[in-house]
Amino acid sequence: MIKQFSLAAISIALTATSSLAATNISWWHGMAGRNGEVINEVAQKFNAAQTACALTPVSKGTYEEALASGIAAFRSGEQPNILQVFDAGAATIINAKGAVVPAEDLIKEAGYDFDRNAFIEGVRYFYADSDGKFVGMPFNSSAPIMYINDEALKKAGVEAPKTWEEFEAAAPKLKEAGYIPLVQAQLTWQFTENFFSRNNIQFATNNNGYDSVVDTKIKATDPNLVMMFEKLKSWADQGYFAYYGAGWNDNQKPFEENKVALWVGSSGSFGGLQKTAQMPFSATFLPYWGSIAGAGTNSFIGGAALFAMAGKPAEENKCVADFFQFLTSPEIQKFYHQATGYVAITKEAYELAKSEGYYEKTPVAEVGIQQLMLPAGEWSKGYRLGFYPQIREIMEREYGRIFSGETTVKDAFDTIEREGNELLARFAKTAG
Amino acid sequence: MKRVQFSSPLLPYLFLAPQLAVIVIFFYWPSVRAIQSSFYLEDPFGFGSTFVGFDNYLGVLLSPEYLSIARFTAIFTATVTFFSLALGLLLAVKADAVIRGNAAYKTLLISVYAIAPPVAGLIGMMFFDQHIGPFVKIAAFLGWDMKVGLSYFDTAFAMIFVAVWKQIPYNFIFFLSGLQALPASVREAAAIDCRSGIKRFWTVIFPLLAPTAFFLLIINVTYALFDTFGVIDVMVKDKAANNPITLVYKVYMDGFRGNDIGGSSAQSVILMIVVFVLTVLQFRFIERRIHYT
Repeated sequence: MIKQFSLAAISIALTATSSLAATNISWWHGMAGRNGEVINEVAQKFNAAQTACALTPVSKGTYEEALASGIAAFRSGEQPNILQVFDAGAATIINAKGAVVPAEDLIKEAGYDFDRNAFIEGVRYFYADSDGKFVGMPFNSSAPIMYINDEALKKAGVEAPKTWEEFEAAAPKLKEAGYIPLVQAQLTWQFTENFFSRNNIQFATNNNGYDSVVDTKIKATDPNLVMMFEKLKSWADQGYFAYYGAGWNDNQKPFEENKVALWVGSSGSFGGLQKTAQMPFSATFLPYWGSIAGAGTNSFIGGAALFAMAGKPAEENKCVADFFQFLTSPEIQKFYHQATGYVAITKEAYELAKSEGYYEKTPVAEVGIQQLMLPAGEWSKGYRLGFYPQIREIMEREYGRIFSGETTVKDAFDTIEREGNELLARFAKTAG
Repeated sequence: MKRVQFSSPLLPYLFLAPQLAVIVIFFYWPSVRAIQSSFYLEDPFGFGSTFVGFDNYLGVLLSPEYLSIARFTAIFTATVTFFSLALGLLLAVKADAVIRGNAAYKTLLISVYAIAPPVAGLIGMMFFDQHIGPFVKIAAFLGWDMKVGLSYFDTAFAMIFVAVWKQIPYNFIFFLSGLQALPASVREAAAIDCRSGIKRFWTVIFPLLAPTAFFLLIINVTYALFDTFGVIDVMVKDKAANNPITLVYKVYMDGFRGNDIGGSSAQSVILMIVVFVLTVLQFRFIERRIHYT
């Protein structure tokens, strides 16, 4: 055992010395399974395309674990060159001034041009500072879209709803046809964060938190949001909506089993659904409220971004810039888009995939991109809120209580706003 | 009694050093760091930290959510400890009485112990799955619309069920070996004096088993408080939402997922104090009543 181990150590040491000429950079990420393999393939492609840099990706478990490992490593000076951070953790890393080198600065310093407008609309702002400078490099991006059980809609004789008003009209027919009309997958992401962006409503003070952490307040008691959940609750009571808890898969399964007519999932869900769904399906945009003035704007990027950690030598930072540049090239974007189901983040990559007829073969893959490319509104750029993973946990808890009948919608949002604001105030102290 | 003497007074400390080093590095040092950071509000990356006194503690102890988690932890610990001890003892007494094929029974009962907690959680989760779980189907047959992951009570039931199921074999092994170590002469004498098996058990056998039971009590309380983490993590599927969780899981959620280092340090110090007090109480009040042979 020990002998084998030392042999392995020697062989690793030998391969390390053989690539000594190249600058080694590391990339910690939170992807597993097929998506983790694709990351390795992207790294291999980068290493094969040039000789100056050698990139090693390391999986650190889930998104949360990757962020926690990155933080622990940074505190002991052992941080990786690149850290993948998920949407809810963006405020944590971006507000820690000095933890990261903004991607845009890094790329420009390496002598490349950087064009913000090359990125599609919904991707541009979420990981940027309030001036629009890219701090994180958008990487895997998804959007909440609505999947359609074609069989169910045909049986009920209804069209896929564009607005929630249309859904309300169609729901009784879908129920009569023997289906659960609506199921979602993640209330926080789909019916809260993206509710604000899709309906163009302010989510938090201080420009949704982008301008400052001081005195940022979450607007969870917004009457429109309360109305959305009052509706969801009454739909649930009438049998038009079913909630199976906070776990994603528990909610996806009934759709796969052909019991559900409309399912709000992720633009990245279609790869899996193609294998598991027992009926033909298509997809459309996440509905909005026709009654809300100015609604119907784009949704913003979900998923995660790559951050260049600070405190690294210049030649390694140059390699990171090279890699970011490589990553946004249309060919790599197209490869990643098609291999994972995450959307392409640059217009050029989208056009490339389109010109090759990819979306004629798989129209569902285009829905998420189109939704991100819809016209933006004042409040559709996303949010920048500290301790947001914990705020999400509070929302998940209160939403669960709404649907299990332990609380009312109004009380739930009062609690979310109160506890959320306490956390934001705490965060302002840590970041100050 | 002969006393063993070391030739040099330093030698015993040298022998103790490796063990002490392990304790200091892996227990005392993190504890000191936890106590220290519980008085600070800190940026997770370590850029700024502000001394806030007891604010973190007050924030935790005044939060109704934290208190309700503490209440659940107490109920959970008591229930899991009681049922896993009671069922372990019952099975041990019954297996001890079996003469034919007792090795087969014992192996079957002990083998469950080889299952790792997350695996137990995973199996439990499948049993209680909303869509395919056989237990949910049985419950539905009895008119109980079980919704694990959505209903607080149903999830609590499933968690306690899996945690108890996982711990029974451990208790079984100890109770069984404890029973087999009892002198046959005492049992035979008791059998002559008293016909009632139940009465004999409570007046003669159980007091003789008390040292084992006391040891298991401490182990089971610690198990329910800390080692059920894997079971809970798998059963709530990474999203606690409105499901019941224990204090340890809350520390993990706030510290590792929420990156609130000060708040979660305060929670872990509170937990340290609780365990310390609990252990002192157990030794002061229960151990006194136990007679070691």
